[in-house]
Amino acid sequence: MDADTTAWESSSVARVVPPARPRKLAKVPFVELAEGRLQGVVSSGSDIDRVYVSSIAAAGHGYNCSTNNNRPCGGLGGAPCKHLRALADEAVLQYGIERVARYLRADVDGAASTGADLIAALSGGREPAPAAIVFSRFLRHLTYLELPVTTEPIPELHWFPATGAAR
Amino acid sequence: MLATPLKELLDQAPDGLPEAFAVVGGFDDALVHGLARLGEERAAALSALAGAVAATPLGERAADAAAKAAAGSVTDDDLAVLAGARAALLGAAHDALLDSLDTALGRTRAPLEPAAAAPPAADPFAGARSWLRELAIAGWRGVDHDLVAAAGQTIEALLDEPRLRRQAALLDGLAAELRACCPVAAMPRPPVRRWADLWTRALLFARPGAAPGIGEDVPSVSGRLFVLGVDVHEHATAVQVQAHGVLEPAGGEPPRLVRTSVAAAKVDTIVGPALWRLFGGYPVLLGALAGRHALEVTGLPLLASGDLIWHDDRAVAGEPFDPFAVARIRLAGALAPAVPALDRHPVRIAEPVLAEDYTIERGERPALRLGEARLEFDLDRLPSCGPLTPELVAASTACIGLVRWDAGRWLLQPLAVAATVKRKPVVAHGGEWATGPTDPKVVKAEARSGDAVAVLRERAGRLLRR
Ligand SMILES: [Zn+2]
Repeated sequence: MDADTTAWESSSVARVVPPARPRKLAKVPFVELAEGRLQGVVSSGSDIDRVYVSSIAAAGHGYNCSTNNNRPCGGLGGAPCKHLRALADEAVLQYGIERVARYLRADVDGAASTGADLIAALSGGREPAPAAIVFSRFLRHLTYLELPVTTEPIPELHWFPATGAAR
Repeated sequence: MLATPLKELLDQAPDGLPEAFAVVGGFDDALVHGLARLGEERAAALSALAGAVAATPLGERAADAAAKAAAGSVTDDDLAVLAGARAALLGAAHDALLDSLDTALGRTRAPLEPAAAAPPAADPFAGARSWLRELAIAGWRGVDHDLVAAAGQTIEALLDEPRLRRQAALLDGLAAELRACCPVAAMPRPPVRRWADLWTRALLFARPGAAPGIGEDVPSVSGRLFVLGVDVHEHATAVQVQAHGVLEPAGGEPPRLVRTSVAAAKVDTIVGPALWRLFGGYPVLLGALAGRHALEVTGLPLLASGDLIWHDDRAVAGEPFDPFAVARIRLAGALAPAVPALDRHPVRIAEPVLAEDYTIERGERPALRLGEARLEFDLDRLPSCGPLTPELVAASTACIGLVRWDAGRWLLQPLAVAATVKRKPVVAHGGEWATGPTDPKVVKAEARSGDAVAVLRERAGRLLRR
């Protein structure tokens, strides 16, 4: 075991999850790698009350896209629709292609760098997906922004130093 | 910071420190594999932990809990006792480390007043305790998606109650890391000390009255606050800005080291300078951080821990000042606060200091050299919401920072630096962008990505209340 491994194991503040990279949220407000899928929510370009729920499964790479009211996406034919392509683009921006490809077990080559490269490496077809669950996870995600700011100290957060200045 | 006492601090670890960490390490290893698969060696490690606290009031209970864990019949209370034993050892390590640091800095610390007994409180923590027990039984190696997902509802319920924010932020942070590492069995090496720390802390605070909040009897102070630097804490769903400073109390009492904090819930896509937008309700504090001026405060509660409870409407902007000059004059004589019993852990050591007249040693782990002493910079702790970079630190000639201790070594976390860049003197502070970035490159990048907080608040307004 080398010194770095030992330091990592004996550090109280070892960095486990790299922070998300900043990206524009207007089109795709929510992206996550969770429940065995790359999944997220894409705002409709034409109706501000409508969003699309898009997902790609790690197992088999099956994909789907529907509105939050569970209507199938009209753009979903024999290939991923524009929402799925936007989801892939933004996931690559947020996490980096390496992390997304690893999660999806997608075989991308070293030159791959975009959402399109990721989509090209997928082999699955259209498959049912739990859109309602993904949408409710998005709503839950939004509720964090509704919680009040507190001025009482949270000593526990000393275990979570902010980082990322080495941009 | 002076060279000779610093050298002594760096050269001499407190007595018994390696032994204490060896015992803690044994317990942490048991958590890697899980209490369901203890085996003889790891059962012995639990007995060793109990043995280490044998002379304390926990002693008998700890021995009993270790025996029951070895027999495979551990209860929630047994787990809490083992967590308490681990926390007691690290508390002693904290005390020894902070004591040597205070000696090296010539710092006087207020004595800890005994805490009043917490009034009986409701117990909303049963779900948290049961999840933490399942984690301990499965061990980190046994953590999978289902086990992580099992914490979801518990954390959601804690988040809904503002008074339980501490527990919620801690459990949410731990759960997010476990989720990102699932299945943990496939991980080459889990962060053993860290996860055991978080588990211990979570379990000790998943009890009624463990974090009673601010009582009516907290004294208030008025005076002039000089913020010397900001320390930022962040995980995917929480951010805390903790300003360290010197308070000159009205009425001529001696100056005190204090901290004041604001913390917000957030989501993972709010990062970098956008974080400051979460604190728009605190314009006086943010203005002082960005503008480097003093604050005249009136009637702010001051906890024994040195935490000043911020109220933006009880403060007004004072005169601009030079934090390096104030640090030079005031840090040495200011009274340091006591550390509350449950907060005694090496991770909590964060002592503001001024270092100057040093030379920089570059390399993989840049350090400052002051006489014979070599103190490493903690460059992992430069937040993305401020202008400090490793390059600026490497070009620095003076630094206001926090002395920290982690993984067996002392580190200096820079909060502000004076540096020479292209032969010109520059000064950079972590709080400089509190009212918006000042670096044109960062301003442009922010404009490109848009206001993340505003976008998500619009989505919340439209989709949540239907
Ligand atoms: Zn679609």
